[in-house]
Amino acid sequence: MDFLQQFCQQTLNGMSLGSIYALLALGYTMVYGIVQLINFAHGDILMVGAFVSYFVLSKWGITPVTLMLSFLPSMLFCLTLGVSMEKVCYKPLRNQPRINALITAIGVSFLLENGARVIPAIGPNPRVFPTLPVVNYAWLGVSISRVQLLIFMVAIVLMLLLNYIVNFTKIGKAMRAVSYDKGAAYLMGINVDRVISFTFALGSSLAAAAGILFASAYPQIEPYMGIMPGMKAFIAAVLGGIGSIPGAVLGGLILGVAETLTKGFLSSQLSDAIAFGLLILILVVKPSGLLGKPMGEKV
Amino acid sequence: MSTKKTAVVCFLVVAVVLLLLYTLVALRIIDEYTSQVLTVAGINVIIALGLNLISGFTGQLALGHAGFMAVGAYTTAALVMKLNVPIFPAMLGGALMAALFGFLIGLPTLRLRGDYLAIVTLGFGEIIRVVMINLPKLTGGPAGLKGIPTFTTNFFWRPVLSFAMVYFTLALVVVFLSNLLKSSHGKAIISIREDEIAANAMGINVFYYKIFAFTLSAFIGGLGGALYAPFFGYLSPNMFNFQKSVEFLIIVVLGGMGNLTGTVLAGIGLTYLQEILRFLKDYRLVIYPVILIIVMIFQPSGVMGLFGNREFSLTAIINKLIGKSPNREKSADKAGEV
Repeated sequence: MDFLQQFCQQTLNGMSLGSIYALLALGYTMVYGIVQLINFAHGDILMVGAFVSYFVLSKWGITPVTLMLSFLPSMLFCLTLGVSMEKVCYKPLRNQPRINALITAIGVSFLLENGARVIPAIGPNPRVFPTLPVVNYAWLGVSISRVQLLIFMVAIVLMLLLNYIVNFTKIGKAMRAVSYDKGAAYLMGINVDRVISFTFALGSSLAAAAGILFASAYPQIEPYMGIMPGMKAFIAAVLGGIGSIPGAVLGGLILGVAETLTKGFLSSQLSDAIAFGLLILILVVKPSGLLGKPMGEKV
Repeated sequence: MSTKKTAVVCFLVVAVVLLLLYTLVALRIIDEYTSQVLTVAGINVIIALGLNLISGFTGQLALGHAGFMAVGAYTTAALVMKLNVPIFPAMLGGALMAALFGFLIGLPTLRLRGDYLAIVTLGFGEIIRVVMINLPKLTGGPAGLKGIPTFTTNFFWRPVLSFAMVYFTLALVVVFLSNLLKSSHGKAIISIREDEIAANAMGINVFYYKIFAFTLSAFIGGLGGALYAPFFGYLSPNMFNFQKSVEFLIIVVLGGMGNLTGTVLAGIGLTYLQEILRFLKDYRLVIYPVILIIVMIFQPSGVMGLFGNREFSLTAIINKLIGKSPNREKSADKAGEV
């Protein structure tokens, strides 16, 4: 019984961590689906989002209301950042070999990390993110904290919103069209540039939200905090099938659960390696991911 | 003058230039500080050349060469210190171990399109560091590994010998790579970068050549690490972070992807720049990514792209000097810009 209880507890913890990965993975998968670019800087947007919220909260003080309100400036800031990043750095490279855009993405990622490091207001040292007092609700020996509830709530609301945007609005239809065939979409009168910018905007604001949730769960923020969640979210996106939106959510949850189960039952040092083990496994067994469609290469 | 004779002249020129450099270092005309910087630059160039092979010539982005360097360095150190293997076989062992890692990483990832290699090698670079930290018996853990035997304990000859070893290896790597790239294997590798599907259609075993190039690239990365261990005499897992991998990438990009001459020039130039910019402290960290982005947007072919992406060729120069018409197919070229 004790094992079962711990198993359930770790699975729950994993689901909450996985929801954060899922939010981040959505950004990867959407951008990849539309411009076939691994946006390495996506994880760093999470860091920027966390820091914006940190500054807002240190000004306003931490209450449940200000925490919720801080999502707004943070998501707006990252949205602007994401769009300008795309306009300045990725757009000029759209017709060049893909490796060039990948290298630029590495550069942007480094610029954000090291830029944050040299800005005196942020600096290299870790800071403590303001958190609400810990409240646990227990049920049958499995406890859930208020932060975890917040994570589930925010993640579900944002995913439903994203689902609405992608499937039931005109711009969402345009996004799907562009990811299906960019050239044909252009010929049908869709403003491809605008759709790409919109995708970056969506992805970046989701990453900002993920950043605040991540910082609330692990309240220590520093300029390099985005690297590991960023990589894991990418792995989640590949796991679920890159380009597939439900796949990103599924992949995120699986990865989160796998990670906490490893931490709980095997060793905490292995938890980072397990993500990459999963990546290798999925690349060997089913490279198109769990929910992805197998893609033939087109000439 | 036959091709063979040209090759001999090339060899002699390279040998003389190397010997001249060694003499300058030994006589302290090139002072110890400069020779040390040049040695570091040489190691950086070697690893960047390896990275250029996979990223510049084969077109597959790899982001974990600091990891291969670490594998090479730690294996060499472990072989020398724990198993008392002589230094040269130990270095070869280090490079071979890195090649093995490269092969194992490449096997699942290179079957697919290029993007996956980037993320898997990135993960490899991070994980290998965590592994090093958690194997204190073999690696000294987070505090680092001290007391690795250097090339010689003689205080006077130590910088000279390190310098000599590094530049001798560099010359070998350059000659090997430039010859490889002119061979049919090299053409196959380059064709993958140009168009994978077309290469496949022309009967080139794309997967085989990708694995071949990546394993060789990892081998050269490991070789750089193997030179690093006895040169420094101290290793710490944090020397081989992601930052380091990106430094190699910047060398390749700035010099020009798919250009050996550019990598050599940019490697030496950037290592020097790093020394000159020391006074900027952390702000240096911002300069590198800015260089990377600006080069990619405005001059994606790098510095050598400004010169028509040509390679420095000793053979061509010698042929010109003795008035022989350049016969590109037959010349056993040596890009000996040492």
